[in-house]
Amino acid sequence: MNRKRWLQVGGIVLVFAVAVWIASTILERVVSPAPAPSTTPAPAAPAASVPHIIATLYYGTPDGQGLAAIKREVPLGDGPREQGRQILESELEAAPAPYVSLIPQGTMLRAFYITDRGDAFVDLSTEVSTQHPGGSTNELLTVYAIVNAVTANLSSVERVQILIDGKQADTLAGHVDLRRPFERDTVLVRETKSTE
Amino acid sequence: MRTAALVILAVLLVLVCWPHAQGTAPASPLTLVTREGRRAVATTILNAQEFIGLDDLAALFQLSVREDALAGGVTVTYKGRTVVAAPDQPMASVNGRVVALPAPIVRAGRRLLVPLDFIPRAIAPIYDSPIELRRASRLLIVGNVRVPRVAIRFEAAGPPTRLTLDVVPPLMVNTGYEAGRVLVRVEADALDIATIPAGGGLIDQVRAEQTAITIALNSRAGPPRISATTTNESTRVVVEVPLAASQESAAPAPAPPQPPPTAAPEAAPPPLATRTAKLQTMVVDAGHGGDDNGVRGPKGTLEKQITLDAARRLKTLVESRLGVRVVMTRDDDRAVSLDERAAIANNSKADLFLSLHANGSPAASVKGAEVYYLRLDRAGEDARRNAAATELILPVVGGTTRPIDIIQWDLAQASHVDASSRFASMLEEELEKHVPAGPRPLQQAPMRVLSGANMPAALVEMVYLTNSEQEQRVKSDDFQGGIVQALYDAIVRFKSSLETSPTP
Repeated sequence: MNRKRWLQVGGIVLVFAVAVWIASTILERVVSPAPAPSTTPAPAAPAASVPHIIATLYYGTPDGQGLAAIKREVPLGDGPREQGRQILESELEAAPAPYVSLIPQGTMLRAFYITDRGDAFVDLSTEVSTQHPGGSTNELLTVYAIVNAVTANLSSVERVQILIDGKQADTLAGHVDLRRPFERDTVLVRETKSTE
Repeated sequence: MRTAALVILAVLLVLVCWPHAQGTAPASPLTLVTREGRRAVATTILNAQEFIGLDDLAALFQLSVREDALAGGVTVTYKGRTVVAAPDQPMASVNGRVVALPAPIVRAGRRLLVPLDFIPRAIAPIYDSPIELRRASRLLIVGNVRVPRVAIRFEAAGPPTRLTLDVVPPLMVNTGYEAGRVLVRVEADALDIATIPAGGGLIDQVRAEQTAITIALNSRAGPPRISATTTNESTRVVVEVPLAASQESAAPAPAPPQPPPTAAPEAAPPPLATRTAKLQTMVVDAGHGGDDNGVRGPKGTLEKQITLDAARRLKTLVESRLGVRVVMTRDDDRAVSLDERAAIANNSKADLFLSLHANGSPAASVKGAEVYYLRLDRAGEDARRNAAATELILPVVGGTTRPIDIIQWDLAQASHVDASSRFASMLEEELEKHVPAGPRPLQQAPMRVLSGANMPAALVEMVYLTNSEQEQRVKSDDFQGGIVQALYDAIVRFKSSLETSPTP
């Protein structure tokens, strides 16, 4: 009988201990302000070992009415040309929530170069045109997301010309004239934020 | 006495040997027209009949000619096919069939002459390529060449003086006017013009050369109106020459006949910028088309269809109520390049350009109408500032000069930006009365289709097709009617502003 009683007490103690452990674990998660180490940082953030800069990238505002200028980490590039390439590679990635992407998915950066006169050439793959959803508003937002991303971060660049598949193009989808280079334009910018 | 007898004998000998040598040349030689070109062929008139040398024909058509010394006949052979012409008989045997000739073959010295009809009646049946002799225009046409008949007539001495040219069969015709001359060039190998009328009214002279007809205008003549229309039977060009404005202060002539917009060259230079501040012709541009669908709504509505529907409604409204001629850049589902759209507007001498579109946004909630006019970059601003300084004085025939505005093709809009801005504001104000306004109802942007238009121009994004509520509504008669009414009201306002203000 005595032995049976001891077993019962041991079982209750064990159940209680397990309950306390579970409760404390849950409580710890709720109370702790630090994020779990397994959650991923923003997509553009480089690995901790790679040196990086803070650059302004441009996405669509959640209401779709303008550009949002967002500060994000971009890998450090060696010189303006390499830095510009890194900025554009980050710009082409999907937008962080809640912002919307303005450059069609699958668009690749084919080349980036800067002339002595301060004209930068951004050569994009054909997806930027063939996958573009169209409409004057969409097209203006796409063009100025690219133009502003380059001009806002590289002081040596005054104007940006967009090329498609290595060639001068008329438009992305039938509206905005791409034959001449663009200067920075912040008229469409509605929001400025730092996400880091 | 002996000498006199010798002379008489010699004269007799000559007469016997060259019994028919006293031919005279016709008023003009025959013109041979082939694929290789044109050349004159000499003929001779004998006893009121026109003859041509058989040796010339042999060379032209690669014929072999053999004379029968005994019988006096001639055998002409071409690729095994033969023509036998009997001596002293007005006939020939063509591949065994006898055909009549207006005269027998004659001998002129060493040459044999055949009547001109020998060509169509005897040679044409045995020859590989078609041969056609047109006596009235003195053309000998060999092979498949385009030689249309062109009838030129004065319809009215005027003023306005009206001259018509009928080209049969119908062919492409290019017309132009420069330095007091109208040039009509027919896409043919040669022209068959029976008679060219002398000048009359305000036309000094009509001249034909190769495939072009030049009409020289009188010094009192104003710029002519030239129209070309093509039916199944013929192409008709009408040249109407009014008195110059300085000669008569009469009311302006009625609207010019519609030029064929299909003749718009891709990169035609903008027309001269001198025009009256009146709205007589406008271009309505239905955005996208063909392979280019434009924006696609969530339920599949295509921008290219919305723009065409609205453009058609607007054209009907403007033409019927306002009496303004409306030229469409497309009237069906086909692709038209952006340059071609501007070229159509420039070549139609349009006074206003309106491009219709439907918008797209990255967020489905955005809706409303937005109006754009061109924003100039640095090059455009320079062009605008220098617009007045780019006039070029060119000498023209007759020792006078003419001022011509030189405008860079892709910056043609630069000198119209102020007027375009006024028109865009009117569009925005009128649209707001009928349909919801977008987040940026009036904007300046580097729009490609506007940059080449040499006239006030604006682009309207009528709705956001990416908004499902607007996609649904845009198909309704009410909504479309509202948009088109707003566009029409803005056009009416712009027209009256042109009429009350001096030329910009």
